[in-house]
Amino acid sequence: MSQAQIEIQLIAIVVSVACALPGVFLMLRRMAMMSDAISHAILLGIVLAFFVTQNLSSPLLVIGAALTGVLTVVLVELLHRTRLVREDAAIGLIFPLLFSLGVILISRYAGNIHLDIDAVLLGELAFAPFDRLMVFGRDIGPKSLYLMLGILFLNICFIGIFFKELKLVSFDSGLAMALGFSPTLIHYSLMSLVSVTAVGAFDAVGSILVVALMIGPPVSAYLLTDRLSILLLLSSGIGIIASVSGYWMANLMDSSIAGSMATMVGFLFLLIYLFAPNKGLVSLARRRRRQKIQFALEMLLVHILNHQGKPEAQRECHVGHLSEHLYWDKDLSRQVLKQGEREDYLQRQDDYLFLTPEGQDIAEKSMLR
Amino acid sequence: MPDLFSQLWSDYTVRTVALGSGILGIVSGALGGFAMLRKQSLLGDAISHAALPGIAIAFLLTLSKSPLVLVLGAALSGWLGTLLIISVTRTTRIKEDSALGLVLSVFFGFGLVLLTFIQRQPYASKAGLDKFLFGQAAALLQSDIWIMSILGIIILLIVALFWKEFKLLSFNPEYAASLGLPVRFLDILLTSLLVIAIVIGLQTVGVVLMSAMVVAPAAAARQWTDRLGKMILLSSLFGAIAGISGAFLSSTLERLPTGPTIVICMSLLVLISLLFATNRGLIWRWLKERKNRQKLQVDAVLSDLYILAQQHENIEHSHPIEVLRTMSIGHGGVDRTLKELQKERMVDQKEDGTWRLTRQGFEKAKNMSEKGENL
Repeated sequence: MSQAQIEIQLIAIVVSVACALPGVFLMLRRMAMMSDAISHAILLGIVLAFFVTQNLSSPLLVIGAALTGVLTVVLVELLHRTRLVREDAAIGLIFPLLFSLGVILISRYAGNIHLDIDAVLLGELAFAPFDRLMVFGRDIGPKSLYLMLGILFLNICFIGIFFKELKLVSFDSGLAMALGFSPTLIHYSLMSLVSVTAVGAFDAVGSILVVALMIGPPVSAYLLTDRLSILLLLSSGIGIIASVSGYWMANLMDSSIAGSMATMVGFLFLLIYLFAPNKGLVSLARRRRRQKIQFALEMLLVHILNHQGKPEAQRECHVGHLSEHLYWDKDLSRQVLKQGEREDYLQRQDDYLFLTPEGQDIAEKSMLR
Repeated sequence: MPDLFSQLWSDYTVRTVALGSGILGIVSGALGGFAMLRKQSLLGDAISHAALPGIAIAFLLTLSKSPLVLVLGAALSGWLGTLLIISVTRTTRIKEDSALGLVLSVFFGFGLVLLTFIQRQPYASKAGLDKFLFGQAAALLQSDIWIMSILGIIILLIVALFWKEFKLLSFNPEYAASLGLPVRFLDILLTSLLVIAIVIGLQTVGVVLMSAMVVAPAAAARQWTDRLGKMILLSSLFGAIAGISGAFLSSTLERLPTGPTIVICMSLLVLISLLFATNRGLIWRWLKERKNRQKLQVDAVLSDLYILAQQHENIEHSHPIEVLRTMSIGHGGVDRTLKELQKERMVDQKEDGTWRLTRQGFEKAKNMSEKGENL
């Protein structure tokens, strides 16, 4: 690995963790689409701030652009509060407007500024190592690495200090208000943090993929754990895996790094969505199947209990009866019988079914339920 | 002005762009109305982003840039994205907003990977693929307009055909299901129409701004009426106005990209509607509230004077304004209200500046207080 490659991966890792941390709270507070709105709207802020600073990695630009992000949140809130439109429509009205203003500004003054919409939207991580930070004439690494480290530090501090408040507001904002915490204050602090992170990350990964890194890892981790602290750690971990593997995929395919990172985020989510223990689709399907068999078995036990030793037992307790009168298909009947015999509730003699004492017990119990 | 208009109209590019944007506005306006009622305003955003990989894959498979092929690819992947959103929210505890954000960004990212991959292939006649990102209305051709209008007409026809069903689905899907309507099918049909409407707009306004074409006209139209039919018509009309005026504006000024200009026009329409719409609009609401407040103040002052009159043997007895001010703490506006009542001859002012009820005012106040007691 060359030094540039190592540096790119370091930046990718820092960006992904910095994005995943506030992303967890966005997801929990059901404001995921706010990250989309903010990351688009900051284009306007970046353009305006760029007119002033003429420097894409200046901290002033980060602050100026982040203010537009907060402005987006305020405007959405104001619009929503008129009760004339729903919140999602308010989001859908505000950010395209601000974004359009940004695009128009860029194309009107494209001659004067070295700012490319593609670069802002899509990012170009490969160029990040070229912009070096010099301290006393010595090269200490790429600028954006330090910028993102600063933002990551800010995020960790904020979440560390206000962990309890964030947790409370995220899970029960009514209680938080009753206890004297201000959900509004926490809301705006979190949104400022999201804005700053989105601005910092835009030139590494582009504003649309900031959304992937903010929402993807927390959503995936949400299927794996119920604890907030573990959720934060897991999200960071998934973010790191996605960003590093995404980088190598981009290398292999000679394609966009940011896009590959987002693709890996999606791939990891898909894996977790399918195979997560308890909440994954596969385990969901298996649980449903098991419950179905369990229920059918119980029904069968009760059925046999009702007819055992009666004149019609000949007919009712026959294996063929399952498909004739209970309308079970062959597969289900076979599995239910197997389960019943394995658990020793049923016995079979020449295709006639009998309850064992345990089976009788279960059947009587479920009648009482 | 008509001169400028005819001049613009005779210009092939401007006419094509204006027609395209107008058609797009009509179609996305109509479907946006349904999307808003079904609380899916942001689904349009997700669909337009999710269409990108489909465009790239369609190109990779066919190596053709024919709009019909690309639109088909876009529609398929937009549709896939929508299905994924629905299935994720149904089967897990992930909320809709997170599912939207995830699908939107991941599909877009994957599309980007494919686009950059295509750009680095030797056969790449790829120019024109990335116009889907931000839209390039100027590149619209007459043939594109034909495709857009045919698809648009089909969409609108289907909406007209299933009008009653879609209406019920938007307002009360449970009831629709209880009536035995195929809700699942209608749901998918309406969403598919939205997907197609979005996909035919991508070329004009681009992935990023397409969501505004869905949300804004509907949000503006909603303010003016409570009836679905009117709302959908208005929404289409607003979409068309914004599309055409945006297209004209961007052609008269240099370096004014079409998509963003349309969005700005659309936002202006929304702003006007939010402020001035009858019944719901902010200014209308403010005027109504002011009127109500004034009426309450008038009633309050009348009843204060009535109470005072009852406390004296002579109803002719007059009272200084300070007494009324003290009694009216909480509603205020005594001076203005008295002037108004004086105009209606309910009260009069004696030379020393004190106030009393007239006969007419006394009757009205008495009437009011008796009614109040009966309530």
